[in-house]
Amino acid sequence: MTDSKYFTTTKKGEIFELKAELNSDKKEKKKEAVKKVIASMTVGKDVSALFPDVVNCMQTDNLELKKLVYLYLMNYAKSQPDMAIMAVNTFVKDCEDPNPLIRALAVRTMGCIRVDKITEYLCEPLRKCLKDEDPYVRKTAAVCVAKLHDINAQLVEDQGFLDTLKDLISDSNPMVVANAVAALSEIAESHPSSNLLDLNPQSINKLLTALNECTEWGQIFILDCLANYMPKDDREAQSICERVTPRLSHANSAVVLSAVKVLMKFMEMLSKDLDYYGTLLKKLAPPLVTLLSAEPELQYVALRNINLIVQKRPEILKHEMKVFFVKYNDPIYVKLEKLDIMIRLASQANIAQVLAELKEYATEVDVDFVRKAVRAIGRCAIKVEQSAERCVSTLLDLIQTKVNYVVQEAIVVIKDIFRKYPNKYESVIATLCENLDSLDEPEARAAMIWIVGEYAERIDNADELLESFLEGFHDESTQVQLQLLTAIVKLFLKKPTETQELVQQVLSLATQDSDNPDLRDRGYIYWRLLSTDPVAAKEVVLAEKPLISEETDLIEPTLLDELICYIGTLASVYHKPPSAFVEGGRGVVHKSLPPRTASSESTESPETAPAGAPSGDQPDVIPAQGDLLGDLLNLDLGPPVSGPPLAASSIQMGAVDLLGGGLDSLIGDTNFGVPPAAAAAPARLGAPISSGLSDLFDLTSGVGTLSGSYVAPKAVWLPAMKAKGLEISGTFTRQVGSISMDLQLTNKALQVMTDFAIQFNRNSFGLAPAAPLQVHAPLSPNQTVEISLPLNTVGSVMKMEPLNNLQVAVKNNIDVFYFSTLYPLHVLFVEDGKMDRQMFLATWKDIPNENEAQFQIRDCPLNTEAASGKLQSSNIFTIAKRNVEGQDMLYQSLKLTNGIWVLAELRIQPGNPSFMLSLKCRAPEVSQHVYQAYETILKN
Amino acid sequence: MIHSLFLINSSGDIFLEKHWKSVVSRSVCDYFFEAQERATEAENVPPVIPTPHHYLLSVYRHKIFFVAVIQTEVPPLFVIEFLHRVVDTFQDYFGVCSEPVIKDNVVVVYEVLEEMLDNGFPLATESNILKELIKPPTILRTVVNTITGSTNVGDQLPTGQLSVVPWRRTGVKYTNNEAYFDVVEEIDAIIDKSGSTVTAEIQGVIDACVKLTGMPDLTLSFMNPRLLDDVSFHPCVRFKRWESERILSFIPPDGNFRLLSYHVSAQNLVAIPVYVKHSINFRDSSSLGRFEITVGPKQTMGKTIEGVIVTSQMPKGVLNMSLTPSQGTHTFDPVTKMLSWDVGKINPQKLPSLKGTTSLQAGASKPDENPTINLQFKIQQLAISGLKVNRLDMYGEKYKPFKGIKYMTKAGKFQVRT
Repeated sequence: MTDSKYFTTTKKGEIFELKAELNSDKKEKKKEAVKKVIASMTVGKDVSALFPDVVNCMQTDNLELKKLVYLYLMNYAKSQPDMAIMAVNTFVKDCEDPNPLIRALAVRTMGCIRVDKITEYLCEPLRKCLKDEDPYVRKTAAVCVAKLHDINAQLVEDQGFLDTLKDLISDSNPMVVANAVAALSEIAESHPSSNLLDLNPQSINKLLTALNECTEWGQIFILDCLANYMPKDDREAQSICERVTPRLSHANSAVVLSAVKVLMKFMEMLSKDLDYYGTLLKKLAPPLVTLLSAEPELQYVALRNINLIVQKRPEILKHEMKVFFVKYNDPIYVKLEKLDIMIRLASQANIAQVLAELKEYATEVDVDFVRKAVRAIGRCAIKVEQSAERCVSTLLDLIQTKVNYVVQEAIVVIKDIFRKYPNKYESVIATLCENLDSLDEPEARAAMIWIVGEYAERIDNADELLESFLEGFHDESTQVQLQLLTAIVKLFLKKPTETQELVQQVLSLATQDSDNPDLRDRGYIYWRLLSTDPVAAKEVVLAEKPLISEETDLIEPTLLDELICYIGTLASVYHKPPSAFVEGGRGVVHKSLPPRTASSESTESPETAPAGAPSGDQPDVIPAQGDLLGDLLNLDLGPPVSGPPLAASSIQMGAVDLLGGGLDSLIGDTNFGVPPAAAAAPARLGAPISSGLSDLFDLTSGVGTLSGSYVAPKAVWLPAMKAKGLEISGTFTRQVGSISMDLQLTNKALQVMTDFAIQFNRNSFGLAPAAPLQVHAPLSPNQTVEISLPLNTVGSVMKMEPLNNLQVAVKNNIDVFYFSTLYPLHVLFVEDGKMDRQMFLATWKDIPNENEAQFQIRDCPLNTEAASGKLQSSNIFTIAKRNVEGQDMLYQSLKLTNGIWVLAELRIQPGNPSFMLSLKCRAPEVSQHVYQAYETILKN
Repeated sequence: MIHSLFLINSSGDIFLEKHWKSVVSRSVCDYFFEAQERATEAENVPPVIPTPHHYLLSVYRHKIFFVAVIQTEVPPLFVIEFLHRVVDTFQDYFGVCSEPVIKDNVVVVYEVLEEMLDNGFPLATESNILKELIKPPTILRTVVNTITGSTNVGDQLPTGQLSVVPWRRTGVKYTNNEAYFDVVEEIDAIIDKSGSTVTAEIQGVIDACVKLTGMPDLTLSFMNPRLLDDVSFHPCVRFKRWESERILSFIPPDGNFRLLSYHVSAQNLVAIPVYVKHSINFRDSSSLGRFEITVGPKQTMGKTIEGVIVTSQMPKGVLNMSLTPSQGTHTFDPVTKMLSWDVGKINPQKLPSLKGTTSLQAGASKPDENPTINLQFKIQQLAISGLKVNRLDMYGEKYKPFKGIKYMTKAGKFQVRT
């Protein structure tokens, strides 16, 4: 007798029959009936009508029957909430059962019944079970807290279950610890702001102890939790690494990969000179290789992660090329990933082997894979210069096979090789031309046409070749049409005498007979260029092209660093930060690698403080890469193929939503109850155009503003090594009511830089460039240019952490670079920041005392007058001065660009270099930064 | 965590669903079906598929897709490992894992799945423990249950669940105490046209069957532990002891388990025990192409190679093959174009060969690709890496167990390019 019998009764009165059986007196019959019900449920049949009858079977001593009824309950309780209440009593009773298995089962099942009314009854039993003497019950209860949180988060917080859960991290039983960590991680994911998993060295120690003793799944949760911890120094990092390393030998691949994540992250903190660092590198390779002998699905995930690891630390796997060789019966998704990693590992040392393999793959059956293999040969040629010749001859061999798609793919990559090594391999053109007729894919045709046009002077019958394409011009795809147009124009410029007719033909085809606006436009531009200024046309059309490099397929380094923190997660499979794909952007906390320690500060550590950075604040800024990418890349700052880049980017900047939803974050919270004098300020945000005007008017009433506020010396914001040779240093200034960013761009690369553009991410005060970045002449190597970029505060607002963090994207012809910097708050102090005396008093009283912040400014040798004058020139206005018991009390006010008033009381004791500063503001989060501004101004 | 599980057969029917949190509509599988349609073969369905609100992670085993649905960021390896564990458990419970068997035992399957995950968190995945919670179906038990009215759900808390050795239950008793270890090595290799090795590596495992009374503490030492530099252990192995002394020290689980798996990739350590001589060429449809394969032993350390099976996927254009083997039997499937030759033992004095001709379909041009030859074989009493167990000792119990060690070498993914 098998369970398949439960499926056989598909007669009309099935439900009715089951009902009768469920209410039978015989235990055995009842159980059989419940089994039938469950069987129907598993295949998706609706048996919810039997709810009351099944629930009636719940009160039983038979554990199997009880479990079956529970299974049914979990599935249908939601659709019958009122009925589900009937079950509550049994649950509560079971939670008191002497058998821990029953207690655990009851608490487990209750949590799965997603009915609000039931959850209320769940709290008491759950609280008891969390403190149960039996660890099996405790560990089940820990998971139950996560379930309950999913149904009703508020209830869980109110009942204090989260604290109990945190206590369980210190439980004596490792499984309980593991489940508590798992539950907390899941809760934390939906509440990114809560610091539920605030780890300190003690709790880390507990976790590491539990790690050795809990189940494999528990180890995964604990390792993932450890990865979020930031060790305080390299010694702590090393000791954690030492205790995690044994996990690399675990049979469960998920444990291994989670351990790899922890090690990759903490390794960042270890000095490279350390012996341990080298040992660790060596230990990482074998487990990664072993992952590749697992099932194909596991291999796939492992390969996606290895792809990241290879980019971050190529040294780990550089000798393991062979394990990535493709077996012919690997699934296609594994093949493609292996191929990609092979190219990343290709170097001069192993290129011969790689090429031999790739050539082998090019004769396989799977067309997609073959194409990719041919492309890979081209990538090798571009990556390893010494191998280019070999690659080209391999490609020629492949062309000789005459396999149609191989030939086409080979021609496409040869075009790229020509771009990388111009005037080196043109001897092969003749062979390529032989295959002209077999090309039927647009990309291959376009590539061939490009080659003919580019080398028209060396191909005797170039005009005939191109003419042959022209015959079916309208049947070609746009890509081919555009390429053909350009190629014929190139040909004409090179051989004007013989090809006049041809060029006229193509121009008229493109401009008069085509519906495609791109094609028409390009046609007209060429036409006008040729008719007005043939010399200029030559310069434009035959201009020297920038070389292509292998870096194009690398992941951008900052993104890579973030992805390393997500090894083993979905993010690492997609190679995108979670913010890019997690639904609704909910619960995304950016992770970043720990900054390298000072001991290891060498060429790899550009993130440590550059010399001259003010008060060591700089290294704390870890730009939230995901935001930058999310916000900036969407605007497509990527190198424009044609058209004036500056104009393009300034238009895009205008497109940034000026009043984006970010406004509510800072201003919205703080502006309520602002005194009337400031009431105009919020309105100003609504009408950004007027802000410039009001600033002008303010100028007349301002006192001593002409001298301008304090300007910090320039600091390096973007080191050259992070930006392919572009070094940017700068500072912020405020002069006569306008803020500007003074930049110094230095080209430390070997090629000319052009097409500069700049863009800011949304920030706390809406700082945005008021004009495009104007770099008039191309920046030649070793040249430095000084630019003052005017800023306004009408950009989109988003609260940043720290508040004065500014994330910037700079583009040039090479790439887009990202950096972030802190701007001193005093550039935001506006000129009309002087408050009326009465108003000051009223406001001071009005702001609650908890918003008051006290600071001490040490070692300031100024007297009261000098200090007051200095502050005034930076728009901090002294409203009143009193002398109390030999101390000078200065009452001051200032206003930020977004209308936030800050009131200050500065206490100066003559002869004592320490000043006391009290700040009161409705938005207390700015106080810290205002204090820093005070300190900077007074000390300089 | 893991939200739901769908079991889908190769014709695209969902024949079982299980939800551990709220119910996810089975329409989510439409995205999977799309991917399945795109993939030419079932093996090629990508293991991670994003949908607007969920992610589908799947494994394909025994012609069944096990599709897990997740909603939040969960380590994909965790999910995939778990799915494989589910399949292993089914196999362990029912002997085979197939659609009819799962349907026959649907209630047990459902109960087991419920025990394996709680709210998406793994609960009990060790088959030792699961079997204590839910007894696997046997004919005898079904009969006994119907007579006595008892059930196959245990009502005791599994004893191992929370002890320091969660993998072992207490109170184990045997009349015959035995411990068997199988050292099994699989050679993965790619041999190129000319017969030289492109890559070769050994995936080794030590599988154990331990039936010992009480709480035995075992140590296993090797003659040449240096071979093992890349190992993964069963959780029972004490890692510290291995690190310092290169000795496996452990309290074993009861019954069958995998003690250790290891990986030898250093090229010079991997001996290739067979060679294949081949001459395969195709001619245009007008005439016949020649086909000849010979298999022979090398580096076998005097052991016999048995169970040799040669398979090769012929190009699409091949119409038929007329071949004569010197030993064994061969088949050629004209639909799938799969050539299979069951050779059996290799006698070094008289090497087995398969000779004959190939004919292409009328009008088909000469195929571009060369077929790859796949080889399977077994060598008893030999671990090709040279790994040798030195001795096995037992502490903690008084009786004298019976001990046994077996070695075997097999072909893993062994491919010869032509």
